[in-house]
Amino acid sequence: MQLDTLISQFQKKDEKAFEELYNMYSDSMHGVIYNIVRDHEIAEEVMQDVFIKAWHKSDSYNSSKGRFFTWILNIARNAAIDKTRSKAFKNSGKNLNTEFFVDILETADNLNDKVDAIGIGRYVKALGEKCKKIIEYLYFKGYTQKETSEELDIPIGTIKTRNRNCIKDLRTMVLE
Amino acid sequence: METKDYIDSGILELFVAGQLTDNKNKEVQEMMLKHPEVLREVLEIETAVIKLSSAMAPRDNKHLLKLIKDKLKLNGQDVKVISINKPKYNWLTYTGWAAALIVGAGMLWTLNQNQQLEVKVSDAEIEKAYLEIQIEEAKTDLAVKDNLLNVLRDRNIISVPLGGQGDFADSYAKVYWNKADNSIYLDAQGLPDAPEGKVWQVWSLTLNPLTPKSLGTIDNFNSDDNKIFNIVNANESQAFGITLEPVGGSETPTMEQLYTLGVVSQP
Repeated sequence: MQLDTLISQFQKKDEKAFEELYNMYSDSMHGVIYNIVRDHEIAEEVMQDVFIKAWHKSDSYNSSKGRFFTWILNIARNAAIDKTRSKAFKNSGKNLNTEFFVDILETADNLNDKVDAIGIGRYVKALGEKCKKIIEYLYFKGYTQKETSEELDIPIGTIKTRNRNCIKDLRTMVLE
Repeated sequence: METKDYIDSGILELFVAGQLTDNKNKEVQEMMLKHPEVLREVLEIETAVIKLSSAMAPRDNKHLLKLIKDKLKLNGQDVKVISINKPKYNWLTYTGWAAALIVGAGMLWTLNQNQQLEVKVSDAEIEKAYLEIQIEEAKTDLAVKDNLLNVLRDRNIISVPLGGQGDFADSYAKVYWNKADNSIYLDAQGLPDAPEGKVWQVWSLTLNPLTPKSLGTIDNFNSDDNKIFNIVNANESQAFGITLEPVGGSETPTMEQLYTLGVVSQP
């Protein structure tokens, strides 16, 4: 089924379409959320919140504004970041500042069999440090180009092309 | 702009990341529709990011779909969004309020009962005080009457009946004279109330010659209950008479107003 058709059925509150979209994006969102909250239970909590919110707010998605993936990625990032700002989360004493998605790929307890996480991890390691960070900030943390440039101490004008090259490298690694 | 340049600019990567403005998003969308290679590029970027992030998923999440569907009430049934926290008030809340109401009503009832009882106690106390006064009065009355009876039973007492005179034949009185203590008890129950401006005056008489001597006026006659008056009498009286006189009394009795008269019978 075409993605456009699937999405419009989902917007008509079609349960099957919702299930299919969940299967398409749940792992990705789970990864993004976990990367931010770094807690299995909390990540699963946020996962539920994200897809429930997507269901209720399905009307707010419009293809002219971007990709469906980008839309739900935005919901997931915001929900996860909101969670880390909650009082209960802060009291748990987690220090998230120094952690990157690469750490997750390197840990051995990844039981996800749908993607070759270990294989991808091996490739991603080969990415330059700046690339890992650009991808982390722009895609997984939702930083703006300006915030990313400040964080990495590189000119804002070069972010776009730097990112283009990093994604090109990533594509050759994961899409071969 | 050439399609290749457009792709190489890196705008598509930012598009997937959600970093563009609404206008730029629209522009990319149009480019995707016009140029299949732009669409293909976007799909590849998106797929790469999805693959990478999926590799970061810490564990399987199939079970979460069921939880989500449960929360959305999507289990092959009609789609209805029902608030999760619907049973806001459970039986405990209702029971609690009911209990509070019952206790409150009970307290009000008790308070009311208490007030009623207090009023009753107060009434009873007033009644008790009133009865005590009555008992005290009765006791006093009894003492007076006992005293009176003792006086009348005294063997030294001389009883003198006074009969009605002339126009006042219906009137009568009785004098009880105790010579030992020089006092008389006048029982004047057979006399009418003294009219306004008049008083009864009691006389001691000696007969030969007829000499009246005033024993005084009975100023409290009308208000007295038992109409028995204790009067000092140190005279050698031979008779007693009662006349109606102007207030303050008279020097000599007004014979037209002689109501009763009685002679002391000598033993």
